Amino acid sequence: MPDLLLELFSEEIPARMQAKAADDLRRMVTDKLVAEGLVYEGAKAFATPRRLALTVHGIPPRQADLKDERKGPRVGGPEAAIAGFLKATGLSSIEEAQIQRDPKKGDFYIALIEKPGRATIDVLAEILPVIIRTFPWPKSMRWGARSAKSGSLSWVRPLHAITCTFGLETEEPDVVKFNVDGIETGQTTFGHRFMAPQAISVRRFEDYEAKLLEANVVLDAERRKDAIVTDARTLAQAQNFELVEDQALSDEVSGLVEWPVVLMGSFDKEFLSIPGEVIRATIRNNQKCFVVRDPATDKLANKFVLTANIEASDGGKAIVDGNERVIRARLSDAKFFYESDLKTKLEDRLPKFDQIVFHEKLGTQGERIKRIERLAAEIAPLVDADVEKTKRAARLAKADLLTEVVGEFPELQGLMGKYYALAQGEDASVAAASEEHYKPQGPNDRVPTDPVSVAVALADKIDTLVGFWAIDEKPTGSKDPYALRRAALGVIRLIVENKLRLHLLQMTAAANGGRPTNGGQLATDLLSFFADRLKVQLREQGARHDLVDAVFALEGQDDLLMVVRRVEALGKFLDSDDGKNLLAGTKRASNILSIEEKKDKRSFDGAPDAALYRLDEEKALAKAIDQVKRDAGAAVAKEDFAAAMSAMAKLRPAVDAFFDKVKVNDDDPKVRENRLKLLNEIRAATRAVADFSKVEG
Amino acid sequence: MDALPAHMRPERSFQGLILTLQRYWADYGCVILQPYDMEVGAGTFHPATTLRALGPKPWNAAYVQPSRRPKDGRYGENPNRLQHYYQFQVILKPSPGDIQELYLKSLAAIGIDSHLHDIRFVEDDWESPTLGAWGLGWECWCDGMEVSQFTYFQQVAGVECAPVSGELTYGLERLACYLQGVDSIMDLNFNGREGAEKVSYRDVFFQAEQEYSRHNFEYADTAMLFEQFKMAENACRKYLEAGWRNGGNQKEHLMALPAYDQCIKASHAFNLLDARGVISVTERQSYILRVRELAKACGEAWVHTETGRAG
Repeated sequence: MPDLLLELFSEEIPARMQAKAADDLRRMVTDKLVAEGLVYEGAKAFATPRRLALTVHGIPPRQADLKDERKGPRVGGPEAAIAGFLKATGLSSIEEAQIQRDPKKGDFYIALIEKPGRATIDVLAEILPVIIRTFPWPKSMRWGARSAKSGSLSWVRPLHAITCTFGLETEEPDVVKFNVDGIETGQTTFGHRFMAPQAISVRRFEDYEAKLLEANVVLDAERRKDAIVTDARTLAQAQNFELVEDQALSDEVSGLVEWPVVLMGSFDKEFLSIPGEVIRATIRNNQKCFVVRDPATDKLANKFVLTANIEASDGGKAIVDGNERVIRARLSDAKFFYESDLKTKLEDRLPKFDQIVFHEKLGTQGERIKRIERLAAEIAPLVDADVEKTKRAARLAKADLLTEVVGEFPELQGLMGKYYALAQGEDASVAAASEEHYKPQGPNDRVPTDPVSVAVALADKIDTLVGFWAIDEKPTGSKDPYALRRAALGVIRLIVENKLRLHLLQMTAAANGGRPTNGGQLATDLLSFFADRLKVQLREQGARHDLVDAVFALEGQDDLLMVVRRVEALGKFLDSDDGKNLLAGTKRASNILSIEEKKDKRSFDGAPDAALYRLDEEKALAKAIDQVKRDAGAAVAKEDFAAAMSAMAKLRPAVDAFFDKVKVNDDDPKVRENRLKLLNEIRAATRAVADFSKVEG
Repeated sequence: MDALPAHMRPERSFQGLILTLQRYWADYGCVILQPYDMEVGAGTFHPATTLRALGPKPWNAAYVQPSRRPKDGRYGENPNRLQHYYQFQVILKPSPGDIQELYLKSLAAIGIDSHLHDIRFVEDDWESPTLGAWGLGWECWCDGMEVSQFTYFQQVAGVECAPVSGELTYGLERLACYLQGVDSIMDLNFNGREGAEKVSYRDVFFQAEQEYSRHNFEYADTAMLFEQFKMAENACRKYLEAGWRNGGNQKEHLMALPAYDQCIKASHAFNLLDARGVISVTERQSYILRVRELAKACGEAWVHTETGRAG
């Protein structure tokens, strides 16, 4: 079956947009083909700085013919109905219709409409221009003389040529003829901008890719990336260094070149006095170059690896020279910034925060830092952190935001604070907190363990959450501009992974200081936000979200570590036969209760009366409940939820026997009420660990 | 190039670089203009770009524009930051289909061989909040150094560009440093001569950098500047209002250029006030908005002038 080749040749496409554009092109074309009834065998899309390309193979040469049967009016029906039928079906007279016999309802007309399938090449010529005109670039532009008129083509950068062929492998393919804003399709593309700029005539994908390679264009971004990374490693190894791998950088660089040529340059060793991260940020962000490290010392070497887009006539000497000069200038700036930063003590920067607004409703950064310090000091004893060190750490943790290096490279916030704190002789824990208190930044980031860092990290995040809750700036749907979900998840991970015993309600009250709490609504609201985040977190680890609900349904569950323990124990218990049956029994009790509660418009709280028990099963159940309450209660008090579960398991035979032998709705209303109270006791007993009625299944 | 005497060669002489670029774009058919006689922050502010980018009439021009960025002053001590520097500006309306090739040939003309050097077009979207303008394009890299800005204007002074112009801006000092192989702008050879005849960039501009840095950061009269801002803003509005005529069915404007001069003045006064650090973060935004409103009103006036409109 025939194949499609499409190439959109343009001026340089931003690296960050290329991968998605290739994907969009593939998706849009193949979706449309399928919608047109053209099921293909395979498709692959590619992007380089100057082109988007797509190959779709195994497309049928024609659409299938469509046959449609349309039921018409009955034979001898009103003329108007027959006229309408002819109009709707396109028949010229009723003789062309067939008659369907129907002895019961009477004969009626049938029109057989045949719609012949179109040649795929015609379908392509119709759908591709629309796809090009509506292509979802994040930003697109107009250009040239045609931009004087409205409705001119928008593309990411000026589009110069469209190659589009369709045909069988064994034959000369046809050009899919269409025109987009003056650009006629053809089979001519161009090679590398400098190394092979001449026109190339292509037939189909296989020769297209091969001819581009001859013309110094590697079509596949993955191949370019592999080449870059492999060559970079080799260059580094040749000098006994190792490449500092950088996935995001290799992705970006492979989108900046069509013909990667990897070269190594060096810089003056004196720059190695700057922290390695600063060197790396300078070289990476500004120059898109890799750095290398010495495996013996694990420190950066005075080398960098650049990716040029050309095999230069001098073997790359001028390119290396030029890049070395730029990097020298950049590193001089960085060194100057770093050294001038060191001249000011971190605490001396603090007054400036009083002038910087954190959020217009939440005051200045200075006020925020004071709040964090106060809260961190309250948390410190609860996490075994030294209070004075914690206060000092909280006071200095944000100071590096005002340094030159962080101004230049915001991603180094915290880390620079640590360097500057160490340089001015701060305690190691205090210095570390500058960097660590921002963690964890996401589900895969490391969680700090040093108690000082933990206290400051918790204080920072809880202050943020409470603050934005107080001004009612909560995340909604996909909008979470202040990354509050991340902050809440951070709090959860800090607590659970460090096995901390903290009461979130107390924490939020402390963070809130004297501010209005909206009648305590703020704290409960925030707690349910934590519950939601915990649910997401546990679900990702494979736990059932309904178990989290079942635990949070108990009053005052704000000790996250205990919540997690309860959920774990509950999960294990429900996997056992005892658990499943007890759950079924409890549910049955709950169901009966809720029906009867509705009927009588009352609840059946309160202790049952032993004197009203008529049957042995009732007495046995009452005894079992007492026993379970005692044992489970004692286990919960010891925070041994597994033991509480085993205790509850003992309830099962009594519950089973009760439902087997006892009729709850006894004719004697007093007996009935007593039995309902007993059922309520089952529910109450199981609430020692969770609200079983919230468990699904 | 062989005909060029040594002191005129772009890799030896700052002025030789300027003259070579002028020559190249003159050969292409550009009008070679002289700098606009007002203080501006960038070559884009020259009415030959800001206003001429608007309206349907073709326009090809090139010029050097001294650019003042009061905040970038470093008392002449920073190797590549100045409060006064030169931009070489090219505007081609509509943007020709081979504008990238034209640009690369201009690099060849100043001695940058594209078979020896690594020339790259790296994404860089341009936006001027004060001019109400934006465009898409690249920064052009030569061996990792940014040597030019390349922009397809989409909107200027709040008006959609129809057709779109291509704008090229060469940072002359940086480009010259690259060509001459020096690390500090002050070390550039200005006139291409050697020995006693040599005039360096330092000889020409070092004292000016020191004096203006002092002025921009320490002494610029802020009360006067606040007043100048207001006066320019008022004058701009006044001239704009006075310039409207209703000739026949067509609304016509007769004073877009003088009004726009006042917009430039307001912008420069703002830049000086900003350098003096007397404008707070929130005020800053409102000043930028005020200048943008002037620029937009000037653009609106311009497209109703003889040169700015269709036909």
